[in-house]
Amino acid sequence: MTRKFSQIHVLLIVMVVVILTMWILTGSDFLNPGNFQSMAYQMPELGILTLAMMIPMLTAGINLSIIATANLSGIVMALILTSETSLQASGWQSILIVAGAILVGFIIAALIGVINGYFIAYLELPPILASLGMMVMLNGISIVITQGYVISGFPDAMLEIGSADILGIPVPFLLLLISAGIVSLVLNWTPTGTRIYMIGSNPIACFYSGVNNKNVLLRTYMLSGILSGVAAVVMTSRFNSAKADYGESYLLLTVLASVLGGVSASGGFGKVSGVLISLIILQMVSSGLNLMGISNFLTLALWGFILLLVMIIKFLIEKYQQKRH
Amino acid sequence: MKKILIRHESFLAFAIILFSIIITLINPSFFTLENFFDLLKSFSLTGTFAIGMLFVLISGGIDLSFTAIATVSGYTIAVLLLNMGDRLNIFLIFLIAGVIGVSLGILNGAIIDLFKIPSMITTIATSNIFYGLLTVITKGKWLYGFPTWFGDFAQIRVITVRTAEGWPYGLSIITLIWIVLLLAAWFILKFTVLGRSIYAMGSSPVSAQRAGFNLRRLHLFVYGFMGLMAGFGSVIQALLVQTVAPNSLVGKEMDVIAAVVLGGASLTGGTGTVLGALLGVTLLGILGNGMTLMHVPSLWYKVIIGVVILVSVSFTAYRRKQSIRKRVITE
Repeated sequence: MTRKFSQIHVLLIVMVVVILTMWILTGSDFLNPGNFQSMAYQMPELGILTLAMMIPMLTAGINLSIIATANLSGIVMALILTSETSLQASGWQSILIVAGAILVGFIIAALIGVINGYFIAYLELPPILASLGMMVMLNGISIVITQGYVISGFPDAMLEIGSADILGIPVPFLLLLISAGIVSLVLNWTPTGTRIYMIGSNPIACFYSGVNNKNVLLRTYMLSGILSGVAAVVMTSRFNSAKADYGESYLLLTVLASVLGGVSASGGFGKVSGVLISLIILQMVSSGLNLMGISNFLTLALWGFILLLVMIIKFLIEKYQQKRH
Repeated sequence: MKKILIRHESFLAFAIILFSIIITLINPSFFTLENFFDLLKSFSLTGTFAIGMLFVLISGGIDLSFTAIATVSGYTIAVLLLNMGDRLNIFLIFLIAGVIGVSLGILNGAIIDLFKIPSMITTIATSNIFYGLLTVITKGKWLYGFPTWFGDFAQIRVITVRTAEGWPYGLSIITLIWIVLLLAAWFILKFTVLGRSIYAMGSSPVSAQRAGFNLRRLHLFVYGFMGLMAGFGSVIQALLVQTVAPNSLVGKEMDVIAAVVLGGASLTGGTGTVLGALLGVTLLGILGNGMTLMHVPSLWYKVIIGVVILVSVSFTAYRRKQSIRKRVITE
């Protein structure tokens, strides 16, 4: 029996090719622990946001407001962290305040996710429009709160999250792995996860099978919101600041990374493992080109090219497999 | 279904009139001919892009790369203007920009059709490729200092009126160009087989193919047309601001999509009219101008626009649900 050549196989091959190419082009500059560690610091910003984008895409939807959510959540955290009480505290008190700020940030992000979910699941608005409207509105609220300025100057406890490492592995990267693990758990081992895939495949059949579509969709966008909150923690910590429009250019890149990782834009397909591999590929290309002194913009062009290449290969493979039968 | 579409445009028109009344009550200078001419001129850029986007949406797709295409074509004509500006005229500029736009657009359409890659994915990828390569080649420089005839052309007025003090104002030629494009698009969609076949492809690609429409040619046309509008749009922008910058259009994609969708086009394809797109552009455009005239702090713009988008889309979805319910009951 012929084993189906899936996208994950293509991705693994691409990853190996990229590693080899980068090694040939830059030698030990690329293939050393320091570089890997630096990559592991940069990946989570895009990575966690990609997870936030992936889940709604599985339901054939999309969440354009993930970055606006992350920014607003970050701004709220920043306001708490730069308040008088926070700046004057130290030691255990400071850590407690940081934890509290992060918790509030999560709650806000989850709430925004629920609002998105309400618009999409209960009012039945097209996801692209609902999340677009939310994105503009949240952006606006962030601008009003910050008056356009940057909020910065956080306690050390907060900065540690973005810059510390445990046994050589950066904390943000661990956060990415934990988030990926939880998402994978939800998608593969819980009824909600299965229902997410089902809604993406065939919402009507799903509905008639007794699934509460609205409820599942609400949870989908809430989860997406929470992940945006996690991304906010990483971004706020790494930048030591919060602003209304950080990371705007990441939005479509999260879609790119998801699709490269095997997520279908029409829903129903996609695995966390694929998305992780695609993120690694993108990050390695970016780092490798950086080491060679090549402009960041060429990296973007190459990312677009890699996506098209993988999609074309996937199309050709499927066509070839069909012909054989 | 037709009844809903007609009513959708009326709802938009009503909203526009309502906003206009509110704005005029607070600042009467809104309701002046001078302001109208200025408004129309400012709609030209988004409006041109919206025409192209309308065609793509009706065909069932989406194009997120048109700002990249516009930037590439804008840069090309800018370089030409700076180096051999005296030998060029406006027709050539539009022609060159159009050719570049169409070529890149057809590239999009070819990838989408040949390899069956969803349009959103393809255009995100090509957007990155076009922008990335352009920025690397041009090093992100701003281009300005165009020949005087280029600046003079932008100032031409087709109809000129004078204010009480004797200052001239009127219908800009740029607006006229946009109106011509609108009429051409309206004619294509309403009176040609090409137009009807785009609707057919958007409603049901399989049925359209069985009915004998050549989907490949339609795909190439629709995305090529979007590219053409992107090219023309880049010339219009160059005329308006007399500068070309690599990142001035970044992020505008969603503005255009929001305007066209507000106007009644659906992301799933098969619906949409030029009138609707025009009204959508107008509504969002009036909001911006109106908020300035009402002295609303610019910080609040995005919040208000976001709320307007959400309310409009909710209202549309609600009425669609109501009409479906009514039909089910009566059947």
